Amino acid sequence: MTTIEKTADDAVREGAGDDGTPLLEVRDLHVEFHTRDGVAKAVNGVNYSVRAGETLAVLGESGSGKSVTAQAIMGILDMPPGRIPQGQILFRGEDMLTMAGEERRKIRGRKIAMIFQDALSALNPVLSVGYQLGEMFRVHEGLSKKDAKAKAIELMDRVRIPAAKERVSDYPHQFSGGMRQRIMIAMAMALEPDLIIADEPTTALDVTVQAQVMDLLAELQREYHMGLILITHDLGVVADVADKIAVMYAGRIVETAPVHELYKRPAHPYTRGLLDSIPRLDRKGQELYAIKGLPPNLLKTPSGCAFNPRCPKAEDICRTDVPALVQVTEQDGTELPGRGSACHFWKETIHG
Amino acid sequence: MPEPLTDTTLAPGTQASVTEVTAAKDPSKGSGPGKPRSLWGDAWFELRHRPLFWVSAVLLVLLLAIAAFPGLFTDAHPRDGDLTNHFLTKPQLSHFFQADWFGYDGQGRSIYARVIYGTRASILVGVGVTAAVTIFGGLLGMLAGYFGGWIDSIISRIVDIFFGLPFLLGSMVILNAFAERKVYVVIAALAFLGWTTIARVMRSSVITAKQADYVTAARALGAGTNRILFRHVLPNALAPTIVVATIALGAYISAEATLSYLGLGLADPTISWGIDISDAKDAIRDNPHVMLFPAGMLSLTVFAFITLGDAVRDALDPKLR
Amino acid sequence: MGRYVARRLLQMIPVFIGTTLLIFLMVHVLPGDPIRAMWGEKAADPAQVASLRHEFGLDQPLWKQYIDYMADLFQGDFGKTFGGRPVSEEMGMAFPVTLRLAAVALTIEIIVGIGLGAWAGLRAGKAVDTGVLVFTLIVISMPVFVLGYLAQFLFADELGWLPPNVQDSMNLQQLLLPGFVLAMLSMAYVARLTRTTFAENLRADYMRTALAKGLPRRRIIGVHLLRNSLIPVITFLGTDVGALVGGAVVTEGIFNVQGVGNLLFKALGQREGSTIVGVVTVFVLVILLINLLVDLLYAVLDPRIRYA
Repeated sequence: MTTIEKTADDAVREGAGDDGTPLLEVRDLHVEFHTRDGVAKAVNGVNYSVRAGETLAVLGESGSGKSVTAQAIMGILDMPPGRIPQGQILFRGEDMLTMAGEERRKIRGRKIAMIFQDALSALNPVLSVGYQLGEMFRVHEGLSKKDAKAKAIELMDRVRIPAAKERVSDYPHQFSGGMRQRIMIAMAMALEPDLIIADEPTTALDVTVQAQVMDLLAELQREYHMGLILITHDLGVVADVADKIAVMYAGRIVETAPVHELYKRPAHPYTRGLLDSIPRLDRKGQELYAIKGLPPNLLKTPSGCAFNPRCPKAEDICRTDVPALVQVTEQDGTELPGRGSACHFWKETIHG
Repeated sequence: MPEPLTDTTLAPGTQASVTEVTAAKDPSKGSGPGKPRSLWGDAWFELRHRPLFWVSAVLLVLLLAIAAFPGLFTDAHPRDGDLTNHFLTKPQLSHFFQADWFGYDGQGRSIYARVIYGTRASILVGVGVTAAVTIFGGLLGMLAGYFGGWIDSIISRIVDIFFGLPFLLGSMVILNAFAERKVYVVIAALAFLGWTTIARVMRSSVITAKQADYVTAARALGAGTNRILFRHVLPNALAPTIVVATIALGAYISAEATLSYLGLGLADPTISWGIDISDAKDAIRDNPHVMLFPAGMLSLTVFAFITLGDAVRDALDPKLR
Repeated sequence: MGRYVARRLLQMIPVFIGTTLLIFLMVHVLPGDPIRAMWGEKAADPAQVASLRHEFGLDQPLWKQYIDYMADLFQGDFGKTFGGRPVSEEMGMAFPVTLRLAAVALTIEIIVGIGLGAWAGLRAGKAVDTGVLVFTLIVISMPVFVLGYLAQFLFADELGWLPPNVQDSMNLQQLLLPGFVLAMLSMAYVARLTRTTFAENLRADYMRTALAKGLPRRRIIGVHLLRNSLIPVITFLGTDVGALVGGAVVTEGIFNVQGVGNLLFKALGQREGSTIVGVVTVFVLVILLINLLVDLLYAVLDPRIRYA
């Protein structure tokens, strides 16, 4: 039975489409942290890819490995305690993990940029925002201090910060949360990179501001035709902007799908649980569904499928065999492009 | 009685991270359900793995034993000098625990015996000053931090005034006035000027603890001032105070020796390392051993206390891990 | 800013009065009679004692003595020594010497302390870190006078690299050894503080951002890390002036530096109240002003601090 099913890599690579190599491709990435309590396996064989202009949403709970994967791509993992024992991260076909440090540094910020969750702590508190924005131009393009400042003002205008000229010398703490996140975005956009990784860019913001910031991000992405990896735990944010979704659990991708198909027909019990736990107006009065239990301890992930202790459909095989990410098909066997599930019972989940 | 220091009272920060992102990056803190550690439990875990902690702990036990029972460590008498036979005899390093182990000083006294018998004065001064400043400074700091307002203003201004006076300089002026400087006089003088450090530390940690959510919660549940102060605020504010006090203890011993060296601290017939070092300074060129051993012992003692406090502070501070 | 400085200066007045009163009381209330002590073991002539007491104003009630003293002080008059010389003149000779010594010490403290601390902090948990930690612990454990004799014995007597005593305080080479000894304790603290803030700030989110921006390591450490890490170090340096002053008394004694420490020590020996109070008063003033300066500098380094 497993012979007819395709392996995880194939399923994902097919999703990447056929117009040459993808912008970024993560292959069988493993990340572990060596701590005094043992080795925490944060990422266990992740595969995904992003093309130019495409938005990949990586969905998962805290500790699912979604942020660690992003940090590994960015090359900003703390090593040690972090370690990448295995895997490849290909940027335009070149493995960044084998690059020299200096070569890699030149990609950071210029080709691949990152937006962090909490802009207040992610911006340097003792340097003016103008300085921090201008730094990108000074370091990567060798601009003078004066030109860099002019560019910084331009950028702040670009992300619609009012009175940019007057505020360029202000410090991060003098801006509101939404404005600070715009500065983060401006900093990431500064050199018009090919790929942006946004790690929960709106989690720390008010709901009203969240939408504005997401819209701005989506607009800039379209304009510059950039690839975007959007890391989030919020299914609501994903629906509007993403093209495809990868759901992570305990350091693995448990399901991949084009965005709307995932919402319509999840092929993994974990995804189904996530979708069911969104409050919905049409189910007013009913008890809200919640996935029982806690995310697994990464020091000792459960044997078999890591989700098995929390899964309502778990059977014996789930406690012994790790399910591979397999191609999801219709009942008649036609392949669903870009869809994969790492569940022994994906058929029952999607069709049942 | 303060309640046992459980993690609910002491580790607000270390517990919260069980499901946080940090759990993935740093499972050392609250790695998983089932085995939360308390602040002190965590600290003890850290401490056990620090060689410096064990070095200082063993040293301290030894020093306390010497201070309590100097007679157990030497048969020689620290005050009996024999100028004819022993004047400035060089150390006999192979004669372990013998009177001539460290040689003899300018008055023909056994340096080993003097080093052993000098321990008590230093430890007494250190412990005495620390106890006094911790009680007095701790109390004032707690009052200022907890009640705020005009109580805080008054106490803080007094602290400012005392703080403006350099510690060593002030104690020199005070001790200069006393012709007979017994141990308790030195303790009183040092404590009179030293309490401000503890008061400041206590005040700021009480303010921090007071603002913690669990204190707000306790207050919301109707807990009275005494209960909040002694069961919630104090146990949490204590850790930094203990650390500072331990380190300060070493500094007080060092200050006592410096004052004795200047002729403004303990005086004969009290046996003090500082006095011996002062006596030795004219002989140092030809007979460095006369200074080396009391100075070494003094430094070792200060080292033990400072290192202990230091190790405990590092172990208690999760930020440094 | 101007208003903040004015307010701080106003706040300094009660502290200054309080501290000088404290030192005044300590000198005059505590047992021991300085006039009587002039005769040592010999019997004193009561008439002579009384006239001297009157001459130095010691027969007045204490509160009047203090007010008179403060009134004179505001006109720059620190009173006279027992020898009849104005205290201000004595201090005018001694203070520049100590100032030079302190400047040498402070320079060593900053350069070596921050350098060592940064080195250890960037390699937190490695052998270098442990080495620096143990070294600072040993330095802190050694009282200044032990350190002083050790340095004198080693560098002057045995190795002969530096002169053992200071004959000429204008000679930088002669000030190097006492400056080094005076600096050691604070240097160890500066190193430890720098190490801690470096290690702590290395993990800050903005450091990760700086890395993600593709900045060179030089710039990440030299600009982003250093600016944030120096803030507590500067604060420490300000509060540490008092310790430097205390250490100066011992250091100047060992190396025969004719500075304020020596002046004070001699005055203590003779129980010469006017010099003691004068020297300590100037010290208190210097300490208060330096603390103000540090507070202002703090705000320059950390824009989050606002003057309210």
